[in-house]
Amino acid sequence: MRRVIAKVGKEVAFYLAIAFFVGLTTFPFYWMLITSLKSNPDLYNVTNVPFWFNEPPTLEHFRYLFEQTLFGRWLVNSLIIGVCVVVITLIAALPAGYSLARMTGRSGEAMGIGIFLTYLVPPTLLFLPLSRIIANLGLQNSMWSLVLVYPTFTIPFCTWLLMGFFKAMPVEIEEAAIVDGCSVFGAFIKMVLPLSLPAILTAVIFTFTLTLQEFVYALTFISSSAQKPITLGVATDLVRGDIFFWGEIMAGALIASIPVAIAYNLFLDRFISGITGGAVK
Amino acid sequence: MVTIAEPVRKQPVSRFRFILDRRDVLGALFVAPAILYVFLLVGVPFLLAVYYSISAYTIYDPSWRFVGLSNFEQVIQNPVFLDTLGNTFLFTFGSQLLGLILGKFGALLLLRPFPGRKIVRALIILPWAVPIALASVAWEWMFDSLYSVINWTLIALGVIDRSNAPNWLGNPHLAMLCVIVVNAWRFFPFAIVVFLAGITSVPQDIIDAATVDGAGFWRRNYQIILPMILPIVAIGLIFGIVFTFTDLSVVYLLTNGGPVNATSVLGFEGFQVGIVSGDVSHGAAISLFMLPVLFLVVIGMLRFIRRREI
Repeated sequence: MRRVIAKVGKEVAFYLAIAFFVGLTTFPFYWMLITSLKSNPDLYNVTNVPFWFNEPPTLEHFRYLFEQTLFGRWLVNSLIIGVCVVVITLIAALPAGYSLARMTGRSGEAMGIGIFLTYLVPPTLLFLPLSRIIANLGLQNSMWSLVLVYPTFTIPFCTWLLMGFFKAMPVEIEEAAIVDGCSVFGAFIKMVLPLSLPAILTAVIFTFTLTLQEFVYALTFISSSAQKPITLGVATDLVRGDIFFWGEIMAGALIASIPVAIAYNLFLDRFISGITGGAVK
Repeated sequence: MVTIAEPVRKQPVSRFRFILDRRDVLGALFVAPAILYVFLLVGVPFLLAVYYSISAYTIYDPSWRFVGLSNFEQVIQNPVFLDTLGNTFLFTFGSQLLGLILGKFGALLLLRPFPGRKIVRALIILPWAVPIALASVAWEWMFDSLYSVINWTLIALGVIDRSNAPNWLGNPHLAMLCVIVVNAWRFFPFAIVVFLAGITSVPQDIIDAATVDGAGFWRRNYQIILPMILPIVAIGLIFGIVFTFTDLSVVYLLTNGGPVNATSVLGFEGFQVGIVSGDVSHGAAISLFMLPVLFLVVIGMLRFIRRREI
């Protein structure tokens, strides 16, 4: 009997611990959701129970966000930036990853590590010179500055990710293509690329989410509201003087968070094996 | 009768075929765009940052006059900067330690199969997946001086009184605690994932053998599993340290370095001086104080990568 109680107690403790962790990670997002759906009188009344609606929920904040702010514009900006950066990144990282995995041998290994280390050079070290370079190019206060700068971290990241993938691919596939009369280049285009679609998709998704997550460069280079990407716009532009529009801010944060959260969860395992580079065999 | 395959019709061969077949030439061509991009927009700016730090460059007076190490001297003599340096270390190691503890504990929980584990993992990963700037604003709202949900709960539970409710972001010590907690909150899901990836890669027969030999839960964890997953944990930790040590967004959005510089960190201070005030040379000097730590981290990383190859 005592054993049964001990076992039940252990189970309860286990699920309580799980509940603690889930609560810890999801509460801020629950808070975004409930704040974005509450009416203002409900939000700004300290005697109300804050965890649930004391007045009927409303979509007023979402309506205001889309009609009275530049939120729609920021969404489009982020989309344009993301697509352009993905294209630039793939053009540079696909051949680079393949070359470092297959064509350059021992020096390729060193070069690969070198490229990856540049991923660790922080924006807060580079933003001063980059902001001068961007000013000289006439791109200050324009979202195209971000299209230029974001590949500096997405190219190293994706090169590393794709390099690991190409290394794991059986070399016999290309050899067969070459024996059948393809050039090395032809084998890459006709055999390797079609077979790497899953890896390419992973690279696309992570490039896109990295551009959405970035904040420091956007904050440094862009101050005019109409050019901001969504993350920067929501975080810095929905404040009038000292007044925070909490309902609108939380609504915007929620909309921008959802796609990133879904994408991350779908591709998480590839991401982990990508950045740890198979540190454990 | 033996059938012989039709001879393949010769296709016209491109004039550039000799390039397309040379592995070494093609290899160099393939890697060139990536190297060039990174060199032009990471390598060159890095050298520029070093030069700015030893010049008298400001955005109002973009002179390249060489002034030696005087920028660094002036920066060090500023008492605010010394606070900033201390804050940066406290911020980094506080949040990494808290993140590691939560991460290890969470990984142990998620190791055990239970119904709904996939959904739980998806929910736990959220803080790390969602853009930190957006999560920071949510936390700012939760720490609000008047409408803080944390304070409301504490008051409802009778722990504190409304008249002396803490002003989370307005008190120097509490503000530091807040930025550390938010950053740990953001990183511990990453730590969980890294620990999980490591632990699941430990061969089960080794753990079984240890169990048969009489190793208990703690001994299995700390004398067998932990040493085996150390490389992968180290790489995860290196990421955490680099991105925290050089971070600016959490501090910028939650406290704006305040109250009175109590939460100012190196990245933030470099931004304030170099971008907001336009004093590029001093800003660059402040940012370059990150370099020694980054170098140590990079050396650590290279050591682990090399160990992997052996």
